[in-house]
Amino acid sequence: MTEKQNIQREPLVRLAKRDDLSGAKKWAIRLVAIVLALVVGSLFIAVLGHNPIAVYHDIITGSLGGPSTAKVTVRVAIPLLGAALAIAPAFKMKFWNIGAEGQIMVGGIAATYFALYWYDKLPKPALLIVMAVASILAGGIWGLVPAFCKARWGTNETLFTLMLNYIAIGIEAYLQNGPWKDPSGTGFPIIAMFDQKARLPKVGGVHIGWIIVLALTVGMFIYMKYSKHGYEISVVGESQRTARYAGMNVGKIIMRTMFLSGAIAGLMGFLVVSGADYTLNNGTSGGVGFTAIIVAWLAHLNPFAMVLIAGLLAVLTKGSNTIQTNFKIPASAADVLSAIILFFMLGCEFFINYRMIFRGSKAKVPAGPAPATPAASPDTAEKEADEHE
Amino acid sequence: MQPTNRPVNAVELRDVTKTFGKVVANDHVSLDIRKGEILSLLGENGSGKTTLMNMLAGIYFPDSGQILVDGKEVSIRSPKDSFALHIGMIHQHFKLVDVFSAAENIVLGLKDKGKFDRKAISQQIRDISSKYGFDLDPDKKIYDMAVSEKQTVEIIKVLYRGADILILDEPTAVLTPQETEKLFSVLRNMRADGKSIVIITHKLNEVMAISDRVSVLRKGQFIATVNTSQTSPQQLTDMMVGHAVTLNIDRPEPKDPQDRLEVKGLTCLDGQGVKVLDDVSFAARSGEILGIAGIAGSGQRELCEAIAGLYPVSHGEIIYHNRHDEQAENLVGKSPLAIRNLGISLAFVPEDRLGMGLVGSMGMTGNMMLKSYDKGNGFFTDAKPPRTLAQEIKEKLEVVTPSINTPVRKLSGGNVQKVLVGREIASGPAVLMAAYPVRGLDIHSSYTIYRLLNEQKEKGVAVIYVGEDLDVLLELCDRILVLCGGKVSGIVDGRTITKEEVGFLMTTHKEEGRGHD
Amino acid sequence: MNNLINFLTAGILAAAPLLFGVLGETLTEKSGNMNLGVEGMMFMGGIAGILGPYYYEKAGGTNPYVALIIAMVCALVCAGVGALVFSVLTITLRANQNVTGLALTMFGTGFGNYFGEAVGNADPSGFLSVSTAVKGIFNNPIFPDSMVNIPYIGKLLFSHNFMVYLAILLAILLAWFLGRTRAGLSLRAVGESPATADAAGINVTKYKYLATCIGGAMTGLGGLYLVMNAASGVGGAWVYNCIDGYGWLAVALVIFAVWSPKRALWCSLIFGGLACMRYYYPISFIPASIYDIVPYIVTAIVLVAVSLKHSRANQPPESLGLSYFREER
Repeated sequence: MTEKQNIQREPLVRLAKRDDLSGAKKWAIRLVAIVLALVVGSLFIAVLGHNPIAVYHDIITGSLGGPSTAKVTVRVAIPLLGAALAIAPAFKMKFWNIGAEGQIMVGGIAATYFALYWYDKLPKPALLIVMAVASILAGGIWGLVPAFCKARWGTNETLFTLMLNYIAIGIEAYLQNGPWKDPSGTGFPIIAMFDQKARLPKVGGVHIGWIIVLALTVGMFIYMKYSKHGYEISVVGESQRTARYAGMNVGKIIMRTMFLSGAIAGLMGFLVVSGADYTLNNGTSGGVGFTAIIVAWLAHLNPFAMVLIAGLLAVLTKGSNTIQTNFKIPASAADVLSAIILFFMLGCEFFINYRMIFRGSKAKVPAGPAPATPAASPDTAEKEADEHE
Repeated sequence: MQPTNRPVNAVELRDVTKTFGKVVANDHVSLDIRKGEILSLLGENGSGKTTLMNMLAGIYFPDSGQILVDGKEVSIRSPKDSFALHIGMIHQHFKLVDVFSAAENIVLGLKDKGKFDRKAISQQIRDISSKYGFDLDPDKKIYDMAVSEKQTVEIIKVLYRGADILILDEPTAVLTPQETEKLFSVLRNMRADGKSIVIITHKLNEVMAISDRVSVLRKGQFIATVNTSQTSPQQLTDMMVGHAVTLNIDRPEPKDPQDRLEVKGLTCLDGQGVKVLDDVSFAARSGEILGIAGIAGSGQRELCEAIAGLYPVSHGEIIYHNRHDEQAENLVGKSPLAIRNLGISLAFVPEDRLGMGLVGSMGMTGNMMLKSYDKGNGFFTDAKPPRTLAQEIKEKLEVVTPSINTPVRKLSGGNVQKVLVGREIASGPAVLMAAYPVRGLDIHSSYTIYRLLNEQKEKGVAVIYVGEDLDVLLELCDRILVLCGGKVSGIVDGRTITKEEVGFLMTTHKEEGRGHD
Repeated sequence: MNNLINFLTAGILAAAPLLFGVLGETLTEKSGNMNLGVEGMMFMGGIAGILGPYYYEKAGGTNPYVALIIAMVCALVCAGVGALVFSVLTITLRANQNVTGLALTMFGTGFGNYFGEAVGNADPSGFLSVSTAVKGIFNNPIFPDSMVNIPYIGKLLFSHNFMVYLAILLAILLAWFLGRTRAGLSLRAVGESPATADAAGINVTKYKYLATCIGGAMTGLGGLYLVMNAASGVGGAWVYNCIDGYGWLAVALVIFAVWSPKRALWCSLIFGGLACMRYYYPISFIPASIYDIVPYIVTAIVLVAVSLKHSRANQPPESLGLSYFREER
């Protein structure tokens, strides 16, 4: 019965879960990941034949170098932060809404309708409020449809929300090429610039949207942490069975949360058309809905952390326009750099959640810096031992 | 059928230690498994039996110590290494792919040369079945099988791989007494064929019935190995728990029992339209513990969930009578929230503690709010009362946790259960349902739970206890309802009935109500 | 009748890239990995697949068959590397599969557009394109004219380029692999229940890595096809954002085809047909820009329809989207 037996060694690396890292250490690991991502990014730039330091330098100066560039950067950051805030409750609920892109677009479309056809019927404040409400409703409904199907039949929300993006963009293309085409546009299929009355006022050189998203940031933090809705979202995200056990109406919570998520994204569409572009075009959402997912995830769904991450990505985006001019590096480089940062951030969580035990280090197995962890109670092992599958 | 005069060791464990985090699951354990014997590995829940055997199966790797197979030191780094050494383990939770057939599961992962010949494989499986006395259709899909059939697939799977050392983890936990007898005769056939068999168990009668020798573990430590013929259940118990304990659970006489919850003709269908509960009728009385017995998957879960408003009811009534019998409400069709809003306090300790009863990522405070967060008209939650309650439960039930804000999934099984039961009792229930409340708990935690249930009983609560250990059901419950295939096969007096009678009731009408898991 | 034949032929041409994507993602998902980065891997396959022959020709190469091989290898390797990044992050480092897939899409899209634009700008012509000869290899029928000219069925069956037949062949191969081989059985077990597969001695990590990387490489061929094929674009030249949602459609079609390579064949055909229907059957009251999004609308409807009916045999792999850690409880 004896076969040739394998070598007498334990595996090279074994893994164990850990939950004993301090907050400071966690953030230190994440910081190292970002630095590594920037190093890899600089290798990428170097391979392209440019000087990474010069490129990074120009990204910074091109986005934060002066008051006027900084204002543009803030303008880029506004919808990014807003859309990330929109995504946060959905993701907390483990509803993978990747349809912010489409929700922004339909919000922009709804606002544009009133900007184009109602500007002479309403005073400015009323017009802006109507536009905002329209964008909120449109975005909300665009978020509600997949939520309804998910709640009712379990339809895959990731792909459904994604398909709705393409549909929203198709509707925009139709409007731009047909009914809403600017008659004075010399034949080009574009939508006319908004009347002054349909443009958002500026505060401190940037449209008022920045105040709105900062208020939303605080609001979302409180909503998620202290409201009954926020509690329900957390429970549903953790386990729908627990939510039902607690007497929650899971379908209603999913739909309500996705309406809110879509509504905030829709509002961002309004901020873009009315505050930044003064018109609607196929670039109104411009990938913001996707980048916002990265912002939300990197921030661990914490609204305040999102402000920082959205700022960082806005710097990259704005800076990439500068390096396009200065170095002839296509603006798509910003996508590549952001994705590299995201790859590293995703990967580094592993080192926060798991401990690696290398061969030959068995002596210090029950290691771990922080002494008092809950696992220290005697019957954890019983559970691990007997409930293991 | 005794082992040969000069026993040969198939496997030897020397000073094996395994830790999880800071907890030592196995502490320098040494153990021999002989050729052609049945060895019982005895210990309470949590004594490290499964962990120890998982190291032979290649699931875990020991932190230190040696494993010898046929006298040679080996290193088992994966289940594959384990097969190569002719060791096969049948886990308590079956490792089968549901959408595969029995044959596909059995050959899974084997790298035989030549064509992948399904017909020949089916024939080989039939040969093994008839050799040891199994009964199995190789082409049947796992999701169509009853629990005992799945276990058969698992056993044939390891035999097909040429295992000479079989490890069975709590094999009888899911079987009826009759199925258990059948399994034991198969095991005896295997022993006669020269195989070594290890049975992990905590049931003394089975140890006495089947094994040649018994090895006892306690709190991760090896206590002793004795010959079955030279020991007694009482001696084994002492070794298992370390000091003599009375196995008696308190059973106070019910005081003034009155119908609190009356279930009439309850019928439920699952997603596929199969009857999971069929015309179930009974009454749960105040001041009494009603036990619910049955083989796994006989409708226990559905019954609890239907009463709690979590499972759709197709026919029947669930009538709630309040304390003074002024009010009788039919709970059918009402959501848990609607039931709560009627002022009916129905406490439910579900089987799946972290997946249903608690939110694993939240601390005790967050979990205390689970059924009361929506109190009041405000938009925001009030965290103060739950915090106070969490503190109270932590002190009263001696929950071991660094803080009431530590996520409960990080607590041990016993402490998780204390948090859950504590919360449910704190709501001052009229009816308390507990599904498998002591599963996976050590003896002391289990007794804490029995004490809490009895306290509630004495307060006049109608307690429903769903259990799997017949010994406990017979000692704790005033009456026992036996379910079989979704039907009530009997409601009996817990004080007078015998275990064999309950076992018989668990299997009557068997053929009609099966077909779900 | 001619219009119908032309439409069906165009539908087949439009279906092939989808089929590569669906097959690659089916293989990936059978291992339990949900890679939402198909769009990105198609971009990576597409750009590498055109850069390879482009530089070969710049270096003076003239043999279109060598260029073809270079294009195929570059597309497979580049998309495979994208899948490898995904694998390292999700299998070894256990990152969230949804977010990692999105990151891969973002990376691939940026990567493709970046090089497409950068190399195109540097070229004297202002475009990143390959010679007519190379383009021809990817577009000309492989069967002799005598067969192509058989009435009706000649055009329908024999007029296609080699990649169409390659895609069909891959579908048959994949169906055979998953249903009839031991390795296929093991792979399905990994996707259904990794703990079971592990206990049966199957190297879960190896299977997941191989399935994800080979599957990813296959989707790269879809990208190559989209870049090279004249029916769905300029052909043989890089167009900004040329993948344009095809990768996402492929992911959705995997669900529609219930993880079956055989059903993937006709599901792709239906969607290929939908994608080019407006050129053959214009409907006067539907504007072109709305007609363009019909495949997406139909996909959304199909997603809902699929979710309406549940059957035991047509379910996604049980552990789809979850990472596996042996010592986890």
